[in-house]
Amino acid sequence: MKQGSSVGYWDRVWIEFKKDSLAYVAFFFIILLAVTAVFESFLAGNRPIVLVDEGKYYFPVVIDYPELRGVDLRATYLDDPDSFAIFPPVKYSPTESDFFSVLAAPDGNHFLGTDDRGRDVLSRMIHGARISLSIGVVAVGIAMVIGIILGAIAGYYGGWIDFAISRLIEVMITFPVFFLILTILAFTEPSIYNIMIVIGITGWTGVARLVRGEFLRLRQTNYVEAAWALGSRDHRIILKHMLPNALAPVLVSATFGVAGAILVESSLSFLGFGVTPPEPSWGEIISQSQKYVDFAWWLVLFPGLAIFATVTALNLVGEGFRNAIDPKLKER
Amino acid sequence: MDENKAIVSVRGLKKYFPVRKGILSKVTDYVRAVDEVELEVKKGSTVGLVGESGSGKTTLGKTVLRLLAPTAGKIFFEGEDITELDSARLRSLRREMQMIFQNPYGSLNPRMNVGSLVSEGISIHNTVKKEERGEFVARLLGEVGLGADVMGRYPHEFSGGQRQRIAIARAISLHPKFVVCDEPVSALDVSVQAQIINLLKDLQKKHGLSYLFISHDLRVVKHVSDLVAVMYLGKIVEIAPSEEIYSNPAHPYTKMLISAIPEIKRTRSENGGESSISGEIRNLADIPSGCSFHPRCPLATEVCTRETPRLEKKGADGRSVACHNV
Repeated sequence: MKQGSSVGYWDRVWIEFKKDSLAYVAFFFIILLAVTAVFESFLAGNRPIVLVDEGKYYFPVVIDYPELRGVDLRATYLDDPDSFAIFPPVKYSPTESDFFSVLAAPDGNHFLGTDDRGRDVLSRMIHGARISLSIGVVAVGIAMVIGIILGAIAGYYGGWIDFAISRLIEVMITFPVFFLILTILAFTEPSIYNIMIVIGITGWTGVARLVRGEFLRLRQTNYVEAAWALGSRDHRIILKHMLPNALAPVLVSATFGVAGAILVESSLSFLGFGVTPPEPSWGEIISQSQKYVDFAWWLVLFPGLAIFATVTALNLVGEGFRNAIDPKLKER
Repeated sequence: MDENKAIVSVRGLKKYFPVRKGILSKVTDYVRAVDEVELEVKKGSTVGLVGESGSGKTTLGKTVLRLLAPTAGKIFFEGEDITELDSARLRSLRREMQMIFQNPYGSLNPRMNVGSLVSEGISIHNTVKKEERGEFVARLLGEVGLGADVMGRYPHEFSGGQRQRIAIARAISLHPKFVVCDEPVSALDVSVQAQIINLLKDLQKKHGLSYLFISHDLRVVKHVSDLVAVMYLGKIVEIAPSEEIYSNPAHPYTKMLISAIPEIKRTRSENGGESSISGEIRNLADIPSGCSFHPRCPLATEVCTRETPRLEKKGADGRSVACHNV
């Protein structure tokens, strides 16, 4: 035991997690994807990141200049030696149509080809990453909040409260969730916020059951009894003693949940119930390709790979964290 | 018995756990973990509570602290009836009564460092000013034989004995008057047991603590207790001063327990011949009629199968025994 080199619980989990190299790589893929989603406009768009016009600096990606509106800067500054512009690596916005290259195969200009309206697939995929990921994260966030609160109440108080919440969970589980989501979306405005909310309020049952089970287990532990013996109030015991010790498996299930939500969003968009058309999402790109799938392979392959890679990576990370939390599982 | 001199006394205490069966969870039977217990702990003294595992010792300890709700009977703390206290009054009473658990690996929250573990009680009850808490915790840790430098460390970094010291520091942080020690050394190495017991005795002297010391190890109990209570299947069968119970056990069950203490010096014949442990403790859910000990008892007569013996004073040395034939 060294002095002053204290490692907390999450430090130990991280050390254990790093031993699983596949999960570790997947983790960095997810980080990369998140960075892509956040900095989408710096990676794909028709406005320059930096524009120098006769000594004057402009940053059109972050600031909207009224005088530059409607000007296609790509054409203007191509050969001017005094003024220059640095463009994102993909010089097309996700919504602009290039009518000279409709359904173009991947080449040096459109790296991953274009769709039936001449929109750049790579640009749409980069912007779609933000939508797919944020739907996954926010929907699971909503599900976690509902699930943790209900599961904690049921597990801590027990009795008829537990009985009522458990029956509610069972009723929710019997619904085929995907069709429930389709039905709800049929009656609401199709927007990404509605999708987040609908996936969230239909997906909390797993988390609730998990938290309830953990709380039932933790109620029996000596340290929770010791906290009672010290005179702790309910909220202190729930928040300080039980929740931190119940959270690890919940976070693992959240990782799987994000993967599931991304798949649901892709399926919804594919069926036309997802994001509204000009907005890009991975499932929506695949759905646009339905009519041309016999020759426009790039419309299916690349967004399909993106969904596959993201869902696989999230599941690998979830698996890795589960093993890191409970190293005994790995040895089976 | 005098309620005033006693810090804690218990009258006719029962703790039954319902056994539920079937889809409607109908209560079919009860586990009588604590049944009609009378007990008294005098100020500054230690009462040892011994018995085999499954005899209801821990349940009794937790019920006395109101960590479990009693089924019937009364619990008095310094003469005040605390059986029916509401949760707010109970919380302030918690300062006076604490518990040390058997397993120091399970009694410390793994997500909290030593500083916050030990200071939890004083921050709940706000007994020490915020700016003085660090110093207070350091002093407490010193008292239990740990350095102040351990405050930032987590429970998994310590050995069993050190963890038990942390748990003791937490228990005494609120300056309680009464502490239930639930097998505080059973999970520890023999070499560490003596250190922890001596620490508990030192703290008792220094702070005038009263202990209910639960153990299945009679040698440990002998070392710390003024009075020893022997428990069998939820009932106390004999209470006597510590020296008395070892030199001159009255109840056949006590005799059985004492003769089973392995000692190197004594031979079997000096030990009282054939009277070693016979049979096993029954399940608490399936307690025999009459005297619950009669199936294992060498002295059992016909009356023992019918009538439950009451705990009655025998002799002048403060001994009480629950047996028809003593």
